[in-house]
Amino acid sequence: MGNKKLVDYGKFGYIFSIPFILAFLVFSLYPILYTFYIGFTDFAGMAATIKDSKVLWSEPFKNFISVFKSNLFRKSFGNTVVIWIMNFIPQMGLALLLTAWFTDRRSKVKGQGIFKILFYMPNIITAATVAVLFTQIFGYPSGPINTTLLKLGLTEKGINFVLTPWRIKGVVAFIQFWQWYGYTMVILISGVIGIDPAIFEAADLDGANRVQTFFLVTLPCIRTVMLYTLVTSLIGGLNMFDIPSLYARDQGDSGGYTVNMYIKDVAFTGKQRYNLAAAASIIMFIIIVALSLVLFYIMRDKDEAKLKKLKKQALKAAKAKKAY
Amino acid sequence: MANKNSLHKESVGLKIVIYVVCVILAILSLMPFIIMFTNATRSTAEIQSSAISLYSAHPIQNLTNNWKVFNGKSFDPATGFVNSLIVSTCTTILAIYFSCLTSYALFAYEWKFRDAFFGLIVGIMMIPGTVTMIGFYQAAYQVHMTNKLALLIIPAIASPNMVFFMRQYLQASLSMEIVDSGRMDGAGEFMIFNRIVLPLMKPAIATQCIFTFVGSWNNLFLPQILLTKKEKYTLPIEVALLNSDIYQTEYGSIYLGLSLTVIPLLVIYILLSRYIVEGVALGGVKG
Repeated sequence: MGNKKLVDYGKFGYIFSIPFILAFLVFSLYPILYTFYIGFTDFAGMAATIKDSKVLWSEPFKNFISVFKSNLFRKSFGNTVVIWIMNFIPQMGLALLLTAWFTDRRSKVKGQGIFKILFYMPNIITAATVAVLFTQIFGYPSGPINTTLLKLGLTEKGINFVLTPWRIKGVVAFIQFWQWYGYTMVILISGVIGIDPAIFEAADLDGANRVQTFFLVTLPCIRTVMLYTLVTSLIGGLNMFDIPSLYARDQGDSGGYTVNMYIKDVAFTGKQRYNLAAAASIIMFIIIVALSLVLFYIMRDKDEAKLKKLKKQALKAAKAKKAY
Repeated sequence: MANKNSLHKESVGLKIVIYVVCVILAILSLMPFIIMFTNATRSTAEIQSSAISLYSAHPIQNLTNNWKVFNGKSFDPATGFVNSLIVSTCTTILAIYFSCLTSYALFAYEWKFRDAFFGLIVGIMMIPGTVTMIGFYQAAYQVHMTNKLALLIIPAIASPNMVFFMRQYLQASLSMEIVDSGRMDGAGEFMIFNRIVLPLMKPAIATQCIFTFVGSWNNLFLPQILLTKKEKYTLPIEVALLNSDIYQTEYGSIYLGLSLTVIPLLVIYILLSRYIVEGVALGGVKG
């Protein structure tokens, strides 16, 4: 028994990780490096091959500069961020409100289970389907929304929802909001459930009312969960594609044109400038890696703080023992 | 006394507000699907005269008519369904099995690069495949692997999100004593993993199964780039076709086509909704 066998077992750690590592090298790392490489070349055009294309040694950042200078890229980046903000703020607001209601310890909301199930439902439906469905629902002049507005007398001619960039952004943001607030709510509720009940009891004893408890106890306690939701949602938001590419694609001055649509169009339509698409991808890649590092820091910080606390307590205990 | 009464009133008022808001949101979740299903059984003329109504003069006849209209055009839900089913099922199986295996390697064994490997997994967790798509496509193109469904499936062997989730689960629920007792009985390490550890991971596997399947089923970006042949299209690509000009005014058949793509997901959701919502709470993070 003992040591010799333990050493033997260690090799299974490597063996069992081999499939993951191989798949990662071939399907993740290699494409990442390859994308970087293409970003520094003149690889473009229908007939171009990677063998014939050259690395731009004299001005290596030429592609990146072109991307930054491109009005379409700037516009798509602006659109992506604006749509994300327009959907995230109301999404987080509503999710927090529902979380406050559903986790209130003094008055239980009945039928919570069914409400959660219904609010989360839009999240599992194919985004492509949702986009086409809402194209119909917001249709002009005789889609369901316009029909209803006309019947209620709120508008005379109906509203053309794809006419201006802001209307398109509004509808895309609404669809994203509709698909994601239930998800955010479920995550936040699980964060609240994870809070030590003793903290709430202490707040009760101090005479905190419902609103005070929520803002001064619950919110600070779920800060990490909220930051986590923020960062993951931002990364998802920067990759927004399905809904804006299917809702009002070329209408309303391309108000819903996002970065991923830009990358795809630059690479696969017209002059097929793979090099520019790769450069744009790398820019997004760097932004996302930076955001992930922030997230990593947030999550790690928490565990480390806990460890530090434990260490302190252990030290104190040891000192106390010594004193005896 | 008076104070208590007013408090009581206040909370009744709040309750009314809560229920009103929740019911409105519930309607908001359901309404688009109700409109979709009812309009699938209505004729285009009926929809044009009133797009939001439960009335259909000849529901069955309209339904078959709508079916005929889209069947004559490029939208082919059957092919999309089969392809999506192949991709999603295989993706789920590969992702689950190899993620469990990798997480077990991280949990059960002491090896030199373990912490570094785990750090790598956490580091790459958030990076979406879409940002490296250009390199992925070009590499695939050079080895003539575009239009192969396998290329959407095999990368699932390395699913960092799921490895992370499974490792957390193992740490919370598996004790090494069980593994050691298996070793005492003379079982090999691989056997222990397949026969003892995998069955113990069933609850985690169940939630991850749902999310992986649904995620793969709904994926549009990568398939749309890799798959150019009609017979390889997955369901979301087929759905995207419904938005094209040839269906412009065929409202009834658009609604019917959408209904067909939603029904499988709704059935899964109705059957498993409790587990799905619990799974999200456990950290079944999609992105």
